Amino acid sequence: MATEVLWVEDSSGDVRLTREAFREADASIHVHVACDGVEAMAFLRREGIYADAPRPCLILLDLNLPKMGGLEVLSQIKKGLDLQAIPVVRLTTSERQADVTKCYELKANCYLNKPVQWDGFSTIIASLNRFWAPAITAQLPTQRV
Amino acid sequence: MKVTGTIDIGKEPKISNVLLVEDSPRDVRLTQEAFRAANPSVYLQVANDGVEALIFQRNQGTQEHAPRPDMVLLDLNMPRMVGRQVLAEIKKDDKLRTIPTVILTTSEADVDVSKSYQLQANCYLTKPVQLDAFEDLVKSINEFWLTTVKLPQKRNIA
Repeated sequence: MATEVLWVEDSSGDVRLTREAFREADASIHVHVACDGVEAMAFLRREGIYADAPRPCLILLDLNLPKMGGLEVLSQIKKGLDLQAIPVVRLTTSERQADVTKCYELKANCYLNKPVQWDGFSTIIASLNRFWAPAITAQLPTQRV
Repeated sequence: MKVTGTIDIGKEPKISNVLLVEDSPRDVRLTQEAFRAANPSVYLQVANDGVEALIFQRNQGTQEHAPRPDMVLLDLNMPRMVGRQVLAEIKKDDKLRTIPTVILTTSEADVDVSKSYQLQANCYLTKPVQLDAFEDLVKSINEFWLTTVKLPQKRNIA
């Protein structure tokens, strides 16, 4: 069964790198990309063109996003009864300890630094995949609670 | 160019405080041994049930000087206070809720998995029965949570 992952990221370069890194790590992962926070929430709530969107079992969220910032997206996901069980991994270039702590306060499941260089990037995706891919290490929630 | 976000592998080992909440002496022993093999700089402390775990984290009574854990590994089926209730208490407590709390249990029931995430468990792991697989799991907890992930600072910013 394919694993549906929602990636919320506005940099097209990072999206390309991420897709490649995931393909290398595990071909059974479907990565859906939302370019900003508004699009991410529409995807999760299955609004408009996203009426048939699958429910992701993991969300990867960048911090700096246009339209609706990453922290706002995180707090909306964790406030919604229907969505709050989906694990959210923050993947961002910010290393500021205040950002890290704020994310955990807003109930992010974990916080990862996005490395700038390709080697580091693919290593982190591989480690993300090793840890979170269902049935490998972590158990993920099923479609509905 | 300044390189940011490189992974910390190879750096000086830092002490990580991990609180294991587990009532089975056998599992406590196995976890201690597996951490010792995976990363000797992990300081593993043990609470034998949920009530003890909360006393430890809230520095009550004899636990006045207990260190704040960097991460909590929480079993679900325990006497006195079940893991789910401990999780709910941690995530309700302003001083404790940012501490990553990882469920480590034998239960594979979907309802336990979903309910734990609903209660804001940071992650849900199933304890493998085989010793080798259990050691591998502890190794990946160490690699992922104590090495790759950025953990929150010790005290909340008020």
